[in-house]
Amino acid sequence: MNVLNFVNAFFSDSAHWHGYDGIPQRFWEHLQYSLLALAVAAAIGLPVGLLTGHTGRGGNALAFVANAARALPSFGLLVLAVLLIGFGLLPVMIPLVVLAVPPILVTTYEAVRSVDPAPVDAARGMGMHESRILFQVEVPVALPLILSGLRSAAIQIVSTATIAAYVSLGGLGRYIIDGLYQRDYEKVVGGATLVAVLALLTLAVFWAAGRLAVSPGVRRR
Amino acid sequence: MIRIDSVTKRYPDGTVAVDRLSLEIPDRSITVLVGPSGCGKTTTLRMINRMVEPTGGTILLDGEDIQRQPVTTLRRSMGYVIQNAGLFQHRTIVDNIATVPRMLGWGKQRARERAAELMERVGLDPSLAKRYPYQLSGGQQQRVGVARALAADPPVLLMDEPFSAVDPVVRKGLQDELLRIQDELGKTIVFVTHDIDEAIKLGTMVAVLREGGRLAQYAPPAELLSSPADGFVEDFLGADRGIRRLSFFPSAALELTTDAVVPADAGAALITATKAPHLLVTDPDGRPLGWAGRDELTAGDIRTDRLLPYGRPFVPGADSLRVALDCAVLSPVGWAVAVDGGGRVTGVVSQQTIGEAIRAAHTAGRADEEKVAG
Repeated sequence: MNVLNFVNAFFSDSAHWHGYDGIPQRFWEHLQYSLLALAVAAAIGLPVGLLTGHTGRGGNALAFVANAARALPSFGLLVLAVLLIGFGLLPVMIPLVVLAVPPILVTTYEAVRSVDPAPVDAARGMGMHESRILFQVEVPVALPLILSGLRSAAIQIVSTATIAAYVSLGGLGRYIIDGLYQRDYEKVVGGATLVAVLALLTLAVFWAAGRLAVSPGVRRR
Repeated sequence: MIRIDSVTKRYPDGTVAVDRLSLEIPDRSITVLVGPSGCGKTTTLRMINRMVEPTGGTILLDGEDIQRQPVTTLRRSMGYVIQNAGLFQHRTIVDNIATVPRMLGWGKQRARERAAELMERVGLDPSLAKRYPYQLSGGQQQRVGVARALAADPPVLLMDEPFSAVDPVVRKGLQDELLRIQDELGKTIVFVTHDIDEAIKLGTMVAVLREGGRLAQYAPPAELLSSPADGFVEDFLGADRGIRRLSFFPSAALELTTDAVVPADAGAALITATKAPHLLVTDPDGRPLGWAGRDELTAGDIRTDRLLPYGRPFVPGADSLRVALDCAVLSPVGWAVAVDGGGRVTGVVSQQTIGEAIRAAHTAGRADEEKVAG
């Protein structure tokens, strides 16, 4: 029951609820890092995945790059980035984006590529432009899979964004790193719990997005 | 008119899908491309809307080379129906059908009204409008596919094995519906199938292609059946082309006899006066009940529960000689029963009489063909 006691002690201490090291502030910082990293990763992964999926070309090269990126250790990449460009937000974003691009890229590519070719053929045969075929025929059907790629990327970012604290930035990692350093296990467990809560919230957001954005004809109910 | 002029499709690996094919596809009629797999029929169809670009020859649409207009403009002037309908599963039925009108810039309201009109035309219940494709049967989906292709009222309709993926009963319904729609709309339809029966049923003209994309024969279906150009076409038509050809001969001229038809309440005198070995017994309204042997009837009272089944009747005029012959073959006594539209017996006819009518029709058919040839 130690862990639950720690959780209870951490969250009932009113000192943890305000100030620059308060829960709302750290939560907000963590959310900002995560959203920024996800946005950058999506800006890279989605267009490339959509394009390669639509044309069906470059799939092998894509899988190679994605697997290579997956093999990179996030923490090692962070240290390397700091050594090369110094402290700041950018060296934190690099490992997070490198972590998030492969799941977005690979699932988007697979999602578009695996769309039933018959409606695409029909759309082309009725004189639809290629961009319209992609966005009005392929993407709506591929959307559940594309969202699942974004979702796993988002979850990985949220849990990995704790490393920002190693290079003197904020976020929920602050509690874990400071707690370990100060042997304040209440803080460590509290920080970890908050990361888990944010991860669950992320899941909820993606579930809601799926409900709203995916057509009932694709969801089949 | 679509004119395919010496068109060739050769792929980079050297395979020739279509080899110097020339066809004139008449307006406002159904032209069927038929042949075994690998004969280039689908490739030929897809060259008409430039889904496949030919490597040689030209295709003219109303005298103009189809290469001379933008590919999307060309495609929007041609309806396109494919095997599994290829519906957009994220869109409702009404929005699927409204796709091309919306693409052409019609307002949402007008496009939906047009879609509703087309649903009726292809025999879809209006209650399906807000459904999604996965909620429809294969046959219904294919009707939506046809409606979607007709939505912007294109003069040309390209159909690539549209009815191949549905069961035979549904397929027959779809074929009949297509013929009915064609009667109303008079489109220029190019129809691809591997099913020779479908080709013969639907085609005004039938082009039989052989492997390697060469034309084996291009003729109206009756001519195909009566005079196949070579062994390949003959084999492809199957063993019973003689019987199938009877579909093109009307049964209106068959000589019916009413001697052998007696009402169930007929007296013994009437029955004894008849010479026929079998008598067709009818109910008071004149509807058939069944056959009885003459010897059983002379006993006097007709036992309606002991009659032989009369099988399937045919309607002279509406049905072909093939149907009449089939009825006679299936009849337990070898006589076919003719009825009017209301199901009342108009007479009976023997296999022998039908055989004579077939011989007469063949002679007349040959004379016609000679006239055409001369």
